[in-house]
Amino acid sequence: MAAGAGEAVVGCFRSMLAAVGLRGQPGAVEVQGSTGGMPGKVGDEGGPAVSHDLNIEGISKYFGPVQALAGVTFTVKAGEFVTLLGPSGCGKTTLLRIIAGFERSDEGHVRLGERLLDDLPANRRPVNTVFQSYALFPHLSVYANIAFGLRARHFAAAEVDKRVEFGLGMLQLDGLAERYPHQLSGGQKQRVALARALVNEPEVLLLDEPMSALDAKLRAEVQIEMRRLQRKLGKTFILVTHDQDEAMTVSDRILVMNQGRIEQIGTSSEVYEKPRNRFVAEFLGAANLIPAELVGPRTVQTALGMLELRADPRWERGTLAIHPERIEARRTPPKSNGVRVRVKDAVYRGDHVELLVEPGPLRVQAVPGINFEIGERLWLELPAERLEVLLD
Amino acid sequence: MSERRKIHPVVTMLALPSLLLLYLPLVAVAVYSVNSARIGLVWEGFTLRWYRELLHNEAMLDAARNTMILGLVSTAIATVLGTLLALGLARFPWPKPIARTLDVIVDLPVVTPDIIFAAAMVIAFSMLRSLWAGFVPGMLAMVIGHVTFQISFVALVVRSRLVLIGPTLMEAGRDLYASSFYLFRKVTLPLLLPAIVAGAMLAFTLSLDDFVISFFTAGPKSNTLPILIYSAQRRGLSPQIHAISTLIVILTVALVLGLERFTRYRKA
Ligand SMILES: Nc1ncnc2c1ncn2[C@@H]1O[C@H](COP(=O)(O)OP(=O)(O)OP(=O)(O)O)[C@@H](O)[C@H]1O
Ligand SMILES: [Mg+2]
Repeated sequence: MAAGAGEAVVGCFRSMLAAVGLRGQPGAVEVQGSTGGMPGKVGDEGGPAVSHDLNIEGISKYFGPVQALAGVTFTVKAGEFVTLLGPSGCGKTTLLRIIAGFERSDEGHVRLGERLLDDLPANRRPVNTVFQSYALFPHLSVYANIAFGLRARHFAAAEVDKRVEFGLGMLQLDGLAERYPHQLSGGQKQRVALARALVNEPEVLLLDEPMSALDAKLRAEVQIEMRRLQRKLGKTFILVTHDQDEAMTVSDRILVMNQGRIEQIGTSSEVYEKPRNRFVAEFLGAANLIPAELVGPRTVQTALGMLELRADPRWERGTLAIHPERIEARRTPPKSNGVRVRVKDAVYRGDHVELLVEPGPLRVQAVPGINFEIGERLWLELPAERLEVLLD
Repeated sequence: MSERRKIHPVVTMLALPSLLLLYLPLVAVAVYSVNSARIGLVWEGFTLRWYRELLHNEAMLDAARNTMILGLVSTAIATVLGTLLALGLARFPWPKPIARTLDVIVDLPVVTPDIIFAAAMVIAFSMLRSLWAGFVPGMLAMVIGHVTFQISFVALVVRSRLVLIGPTLMEAGRDLYASSFYLFRKVTLPLLLPAIVAGAMLAFTLSLDDFVISFFTAGPKSNTLPILIYSAQRRGLSPQIHAISTLIVILTVALVLGLERFTRYRKA
């Protein structure tokens, strides 16, 4: 008994010593390697940053009767830029809040490398968040906002200064250090929020629709900037958005969510070109969905007529998807997969003409040049290699 | 601007007399406090004599001292307790129905008539006295009495500010490695400070001119200015009463003006 107690005291003493900062940074975040380095380099720790994969393992979350997340599982590789894409209310924010530690999951685990984060409070996770509303402290200057996370961990003043200056420079905020948040533009606030998170060198940066408050032009610039920054820092970024263009612009992989579930994970082109199911096909690029019935080898019957496929589908009855820009409109019959249709509506869009045709109805993007009259009959080619067979 | 233009001139013409009605008695008291006539309502010339006499009136000075001690001590206690109460109500994840009940309980003293509150206090104190004989009417009882109603006001002001600030800034602080204590010191407290100061000023103002509760809980040696004015008034109006009343009004107005400055909220 007594020996056990003695050991406990010694153990406690050791961890206290560690906490008080024999590593030079008292109260450093509890995951190893988290105090690694910004490229360039600010930290005085020496040695490269050790990064870990983020594992989300079967996370479920209930709010009363509402199931916000239903067994979400995926892995984000160290240094990867992943986007959570999905309609409003599908659980994106909830998932981010569980990773950040603001919310507890009812089932499942969050793991960084081997380390379980579930029981670690938000202030001890090597994870930082850029909030949708930025959540800058209104009573603190830009400098003090950016320094907050460093000062909270009692970094030496010189180190704080070095890192804040680095952050200000990295996000082109020089000269704004003494301003207060209410004296900043939306874009500037957004960059301060980003700097405030990044100077802590988190292993994982979470971004909850950080660009939704910016106008379209600024947003496009910031997206490219964000991508560049992430590449340069080599940190793991998880971005929430419900803008598919944004998701495609910035991410290595897109995670399409719906009603608390993951519908598909893949690179931009994978989820766009090879949607797994109707939801993904419609959510990304608004593909045409064509109900079909298997009638022979690689041949299906549809409302448009017989169509040939690349391979046999796994169902008897199911759905095909094809993007409007993958359909070719012409006045002469194509060699294969030709469909005879009538133009119901035609809208000139500058770089293309958007046709709505019957039967279907199908949406088609045709090259401008040929003038299609409303009511005109014409041929469509639905190339077999562009017809995606969905699972449902 | 356009809002203002919609107001009909008749409304303005009605508003002005009501303002006059509100402030005329106060102005009258102030005027008579510098009138050299000892009795009667006839103007006999300007003097500061009554204000000078106040300085030599022992009972008056005593009451002023009691009022200040009572106000400052009760305000200090109520500000701390009221702030903690507001924080506890807002932060703790109470289930919905309990949270609503607690809100009502906190707000109740604000709308309860003073006289009911005072009567309840008398009963409560006499019960306490059966436990501890030292619990006699006097300053201690008055402080407790004032604190009980001040807490609600402080909690109300602080809570509404907490709601305005929202949970996100606290989460941002947590996210940026702040311990609970650091978060409170560097985020919560600075953001709440205007509301805490405003709550304290409000509590002090309420204590300053409280008559009912003080009257019911006061002992023989703990007259406050409102009690003194009340009993002096019954013996006939004296210019000194006008003078002290004017001073109290000025102090109250100063506090209310200060309050307004502190309750403004600038969002980021
Ligand atoms: N604190 C809460 N209490 C009750 N229900 C909640 C709470 N937070 C979220 N929900 C519910 O959980 C579901 C997922 O919400 P969440 O905020 O994660 O959606 P989201 O994908 O971020 O949506 P948006 O794109 O609109 O931000 C929704 O049905 C929402 O109503
Ligand atoms: Mg959200």
